[in-house]
Amino acid sequence: MNNTTEFENLSIEQSQEFSDRQKMNIVIIGHVDHGKSTLVGRLLADTNSLPQGKLEEVKARCAQNARPFEYAFLLDALKDEQAQGITIDSARCFFKSDKREYILIDAPGHIEFLKNMISGAARAEAAVLLIDAYEGVQENSRRHGYLLSMLGIKQIVVAVNKMDLVDHSQDVFNAVCAEYTDFLSQINVKAERFIPVSARDGDFIATPSKIMSWYDGPTILQSLDEFKKEPAPVDQPLRLPIQDIYKFTEEDDDRRIIAGNIETGTLNVGDEVVFYPSGKRSKVSTIEVFNAPSTNSAFAGQSTGFTMEKQIYIQPGEIVSRADEPAPKISTQLKTSLFWLGKEPLIFNKRYILKLATARVPVWLKSINTVLDASDLSTENNRSHIERHDVTECVLETVKPIAFDLSADIAQTGRFVLIDNYQIAGGGVILEAEENSNDLITAHVIQREKSWQRSRITPLKRAERCGQKSTLVVISGPAGTGKISVAQKLEEKLFEAGRHVYYLGLDNSLLGIDSDIDNENLRDEYIRRLGEISHLFTDAGMIMIATVSELEEYELSILKRLNHPGQSLVVGIDSETLTDSKLDLHLDSGSNTEQSATAIAKLLTERNYLPEYYL
Amino acid sequence: MTQLDVLEAQSVYILRQAYRSFKDLVMLWSIGKDSTVLLWLARKAFFGHVPIPLMHIDTGNKIPSMIEYRDRFALEWNLHMIVGQNTKALESKQTFPDGNLDRIACCKKLKSEPLKHTLSGDWPRQVMNHKTGKYELDENPQAFTGVIVGARADEEGSRSKERYFSPRDHHSEWDIAEQPPELWNQFNTDFAPGTHIRIHPLLDWTELNIWQYIQRENIPIIDLYFDNGNGKRYRSLGCAPCTGTVDSTAKNVQEIIDELAGGKFADIAERSGRQQDAEDGGGLETLRRDGYM
Repeated sequence: MNNTTEFENLSIEQSQEFSDRQKMNIVIIGHVDHGKSTLVGRLLADTNSLPQGKLEEVKARCAQNARPFEYAFLLDALKDEQAQGITIDSARCFFKSDKREYILIDAPGHIEFLKNMISGAARAEAAVLLIDAYEGVQENSRRHGYLLSMLGIKQIVVAVNKMDLVDHSQDVFNAVCAEYTDFLSQINVKAERFIPVSARDGDFIATPSKIMSWYDGPTILQSLDEFKKEPAPVDQPLRLPIQDIYKFTEEDDDRRIIAGNIETGTLNVGDEVVFYPSGKRSKVSTIEVFNAPSTNSAFAGQSTGFTMEKQIYIQPGEIVSRADEPAPKISTQLKTSLFWLGKEPLIFNKRYILKLATARVPVWLKSINTVLDASDLSTENNRSHIERHDVTECVLETVKPIAFDLSADIAQTGRFVLIDNYQIAGGGVILEAEENSNDLITAHVIQREKSWQRSRITPLKRAERCGQKSTLVVISGPAGTGKISVAQKLEEKLFEAGRHVYYLGLDNSLLGIDSDIDNENLRDEYIRRLGEISHLFTDAGMIMIATVSELEEYELSILKRLNHPGQSLVVGIDSETLTDSKLDLHLDSGSNTEQSATAIAKLLTERNYLPEYYL
Repeated sequence: MTQLDVLEAQSVYILRQAYRSFKDLVMLWSIGKDSTVLLWLARKAFFGHVPIPLMHIDTGNKIPSMIEYRDRFALEWNLHMIVGQNTKALESKQTFPDGNLDRIACCKKLKSEPLKHTLSGDWPRQVMNHKTGKYELDENPQAFTGVIVGARADEEGSRSKERYFSPRDHHSEWDIAEQPPELWNQFNTDFAPGTHIRIHPLLDWTELNIWQYIQRENIPIIDLYFDNGNGKRYRSLGCAPCTGTVDSTAKNVQEIIDELAGGKFADIAERSGRQQDAEDGGGLETLRRDGYM
């Protein structure tokens, strides 16, 4: 590779003096019309941060349209925003103080655009929350405050704006401070300070105000500079969610690189690493870079890549952690606090997608504990669904186990979003891993067994008549290992030996009973239905044979449980996803079809699923 | 980590996420500094490789040295290079200023329209054959459903409101009021049939950051950005009729950084030399709603 040559020309020292300054993202939030865009506009204007001519241009446009100039017009760039005088979507404004560079995120305050406010706030490291001194604390002053704490933003300054409308009264200011401090204390948040401002007049924005001499604290500009830049969480346990695994063999590159962003911790060459939820292990061989000096360590915040000493089968979405550090939790049931932004409510019996770090799994709403109105902290306990803008404490159940942390332990791997109808529709944090309660599949099987209409022909009678115990034979392995030929051969042999057997071809179910499954849910729903079909076949006394490519452990567990009380026999051909302990029989693709089928039939006999087996 | 390290890590994360999520993914390369930095970040993300095809919309008005530069690095970096053009509009002179189109209509004809049709594959497009170094007709033009673009939020108003991953409908239209939320590092990587996604890995970069990064990484950049002796250079590259040079004697990256950081361009908007912006009431919203990048 040409990594080093391009790097040699570089003068690191020279570039550092220009790029060492830090950048901080600050979100400006609060109720609609409390003056967020005006504050940002004023800040930009008073610090000479606007491009030349911008102020004059906007003033001229206002004069042309016979409307009074407002600083907010500098920010509300969209035509609809200017026409309606409100901010619709969060805007990024770039701005420099003497101390550092900022991206100010001007968020909308209208409830209809809460999703846009959250998108802006989720990117921020600190927040300035505005409250109109004349209107006082409003619905979205509280809602935004609540959401900040959920989003994990700890540094908050409150600007009590429009002081000019209340005669710059210290009493009014104190009353607003008291009311809002009280609200924040109920949600365990503490504002760093309250500042009386008039964004329109520029009082305490970039410069102090002579009128409000009773306030001697910092201006908005100074308090931005007082926000602390949180150091990268290098001291926490390693969490490296795998984004992808690269091998660019066609470009003569044989490295197999595990790539991802280090959320927390440190990764070193030689570290023994564990992948979760699979639990597989390997050792870090190299840390890979392009056009940078070679290195033996990578840290939180870096998008990195590494190679392993021992090649093992792992998948994107798993979390890499270190064997000598605390492991993430693994579960299918998560107690969460979440906010819902979807147009359609969040309901039971509907499948959503949960994305946590780089993992992505189907998920169901399992139970709702409480629903909270974040604008007044009132709660309800008997809700059957979650409406748009509700905040809820609820339990989610994922179709397969995922690795995560509690939000209180490691924020980066303790939060998630939910996808509904192709879009992010909600987000939340994990409070606890729920254990010791039945998952949805088990609960379903228990219910199904309870209500099952039992035939007068008992399983024993069927077994005697058919001369066999009904069984699901599932053959798994990578593509191209001859699973189907083995399955067909086995069916033929058993049939010729007088058994009641049926091989269910993949397409036979995909094009028929599964033809309504959308692509997104194809695999999981296919597995679920295969489990139910198997259950019918085994209930009917049959031996059913099915093939599934690369069956995962959790999928096998679903199949087996759905097939209950029918028996299952699991065969792996070169299987990489199932360990030997999960397999009843391990075959390799090298053996011929006849031998493989014979080996399976032999095992069926040994296990007494067939009374005797002879050829 | 320095500011550039943070920006780089975030952009690399976005590029990798895009590559993992979309099969039919393409990256636009205008040959300008931003999309060249984007291309470099792809080499960072994929450890020296660029597994995503690059697409260039040739308006026929681009300065000739841009094409030479494009093809040189397409060969050197082993890029899967695709070129599209509105040949009909160029032949029939539906252009500005020699046709009877205004600037915005010309942008639509030479940029937005060919972009839409080259992406969907329903207009002929050229691909580079690395054995011959020449372009050939793309025999199996696939439709791209994910498009990576080098837009920066500090360029103009409507770009400041973009998401990293932004869904567009099948007409390439942008429904600004209905943008889905984007939280933490979770992006909208699912999309309904008939829609596609624009991906913006450079949103948080400023013009100054771009030049600082070019300097740090020593990225080869086209020399139109430098004063070659006449006291003029391009600050932003577009089509010849609508893009003016600026008066500047900056001859190298360091001198450009000085101009931007505290010198003569510290408070002058980058796109002030782009005439189509002024015609759109000071922003690009009209064009961008309709599919302009």
